[in-house]
Amino acid sequence: MRRHGFARDALIETLHTVQESFGCLDKESLKFVAESLRVPLSHAYGVATFYHFFTMKPPGAHTCLICMGTACYIKGAANLMKEAEAQLGVKAGETTPDGQASLITARCIGSCSVAPAVVLDGEMVGNIDGAMLKKKMEGWRAS
Amino acid sequence: MTPEELAQIAEETREKRGGEGRELNVCTAAGCLSLRSDALKAALEDEVKKSGAQCRVRGVGCMGLCSQGPLVAEEPAGVMYSKATPAEAAEIVANSGGTVARKLVCSKEQPFFRRQSFLVLENSGKIDPEKIDEYIAVGGYDALVTALTEKQPNEIIQEVSKSGLRGRGGAGYPTGLKWGTVAKTMGGSKYVICNADEGDPGAFMDRSVLESDPHRVLEGMIIAGYAVGASRGYIYVRAEYPLAVKRLGIAIREARKLGLLGSQICNTKFNFDLEVRIGGGAFVCGEETALIASIEGRRGAPRPRPPYPAQSGLWDMPTLINNVETYACIPLVLRKGGEWFANIGTKKSKGTKVFALTGKVRNVGLIEVPMGVTLRQIIFEIGGGVPEGRKFKAVQTGGPSGGCIPEQFLDLPVDYESLKEVGSIMGSGGMIVMDDSACMVNVARYFMEFCMSESCGKCIPCRSGTAQMYELLSRVTGGTATMRDLELLEELCDMVANTSLCGLGQSAPNPILSTLRYFREEYVEHIEEKRCKAGVCECSAMQEVRA
Repeated sequence: MRRHGFARDALIETLHTVQESFGCLDKESLKFVAESLRVPLSHAYGVATFYHFFTMKPPGAHTCLICMGTACYIKGAANLMKEAEAQLGVKAGETTPDGQASLITARCIGSCSVAPAVVLDGEMVGNIDGAMLKKKMEGWRAS
Repeated sequence: MTPEELAQIAEETREKRGGEGRELNVCTAAGCLSLRSDALKAALEDEVKKSGAQCRVRGVGCMGLCSQGPLVAEEPAGVMYSKATPAEAAEIVANSGGTVARKLVCSKEQPFFRRQSFLVLENSGKIDPEKIDEYIAVGGYDALVTALTEKQPNEIIQEVSKSGLRGRGGAGYPTGLKWGTVAKTMGGSKYVICNADEGDPGAFMDRSVLESDPHRVLEGMIIAGYAVGASRGYIYVRAEYPLAVKRLGIAIREARKLGLLGSQICNTKFNFDLEVRIGGGAFVCGEETALIASIEGRRGAPRPRPPYPAQSGLWDMPTLINNVETYACIPLVLRKGGEWFANIGTKKSKGTKVFALTGKVRNVGLIEVPMGVTLRQIIFEIGGGVPEGRKFKAVQTGGPSGGCIPEQFLDLPVDYESLKEVGSIMGSGGMIVMDDSACMVNVARYFMEFCMSESCGKCIPCRSGTAQMYELLSRVTGGTATMRDLELLEELCDMVANTSLCGLGQSAPNPILSTLRYFREEYVEHIEEKRCKAGVCECSAMQEVRA
């Protein structure tokens, strides 16, 4: 916050930093940010829930992000999603009850040249199919 | 910074490079990076060190043919290697001039490269995007320094108007006119914004430009700042593009160090500085008034226009807002002149356009073509056609705001007007090719799902209209719709298009309208026969069960 000079318009930047450091935005951090930047808490909450990039739920130890952009969709992202859902036993946007893995989607990660693409634990994997994805995620739940 | 100093940097950088001779340029843009081009680059560097070969390994921007990545280009031999792996590093380093006797070599003479004309992408894949010296060595910032020291702001605007450049974000508003409006509007402080919130799924042109040649965009923005009288600028980038954000940050720092950003640029009275703002993953923020709200730290909800941002934008000040590619055209327009630029393209659409060619096409990648080439040339000559012996069905342009163009219009010249005529739009430049394995109703449903969840919820036609249209389409794909539903769908399309507040809602029905226009029989088939020819939708799965 200091970096942005406590400017009120830097709310989104600040929330990015918080999420980067803590993995998600919780009530306490939102309250703290709102007070420090002198914006109403409702405003901070509104912004945090408006943008897809921010999450209020803590992510799992592993994350599987499936790109649902048009190019990926045409090349079978829906099947990847089915595979991942079956593998992890959760739906898109959820985390397994043991907190081991989260399954999320993206609108487009701009890697259409290697569609379909997924991002596993921050590492992008392109030209992937269901079997490959299954193999990559093996051991996520057991560990 | 004076013109002489700039020339000196250019000279020194060129000398330094020329002395070393052979170069291996590895693509380090996102497409190739995801195919581990960083490991390849490290392997090549190791190999050069180990063997003591006279060779320099550089990281450069996107070379276009992303589906063949990771790409390595050898200069001055002019050879390109495709799908290179770290294991092949030794072979590449040892054999200069492309004597590697294997399929690795990828001809630069193939139609994919020959058919293109590089303006915006002229440096992409040739310079190291993280070094300002290399940009200066190929003539970068020359246009800016000349403009600041020799030209008046209104001369620049005239030049831009003369070039006939139109907004590359998709709508095609004449850039010169927009600049003129901002310049004429009185206001305490004006702002320049670069829209790099490339939200259309299936589009990655702006990302590539920012990752491969960020200084080009900065130069365009600084010139724009000078022309309209602004002293502050923002680049609004998607959070999904961390590499672009990083490279922009480096570029801004380097430009500041050389005094190309900051106060008294080129010893003139002109002050200008830039800041990167990161988006939050909301499609609607590509709409200019929503984007401005987001920069102000609010929810990205659009507001009615007028007043247009040119009159009252960021913090109610006159604001110039253009797309990445538009700014990237500016240095060239000034360097070569507006008339030169206006000679390229068609009568009403000038210059070139960068497209992201993806989907069911052989050569997936980034291309740049003059306005007016036909879709057939793009898809079948540059793109190499549809692979696996399947049949071309449609090409989707303009993302969720565009439409699907069927085969009968393949010979249509690509420009703003003709695409609009057939029910699609130019859009930001995503071009997704679909073959006969795609179900058009399902595609329309996909886009409607997108618009439904991306609607900001401020105006009702868009908020509930998109949800209702999605429901109706789900009924069609699920095999429970009636012909009455189809009528209802058409009525809804009309209502949402005409009553929504911003571009998102106004254009949301486009994918439905265009598929209804050209592929109506598929809708009817789903409804009457409960059959999906492509076998994608649920209704056909149910039929199989029944049979």
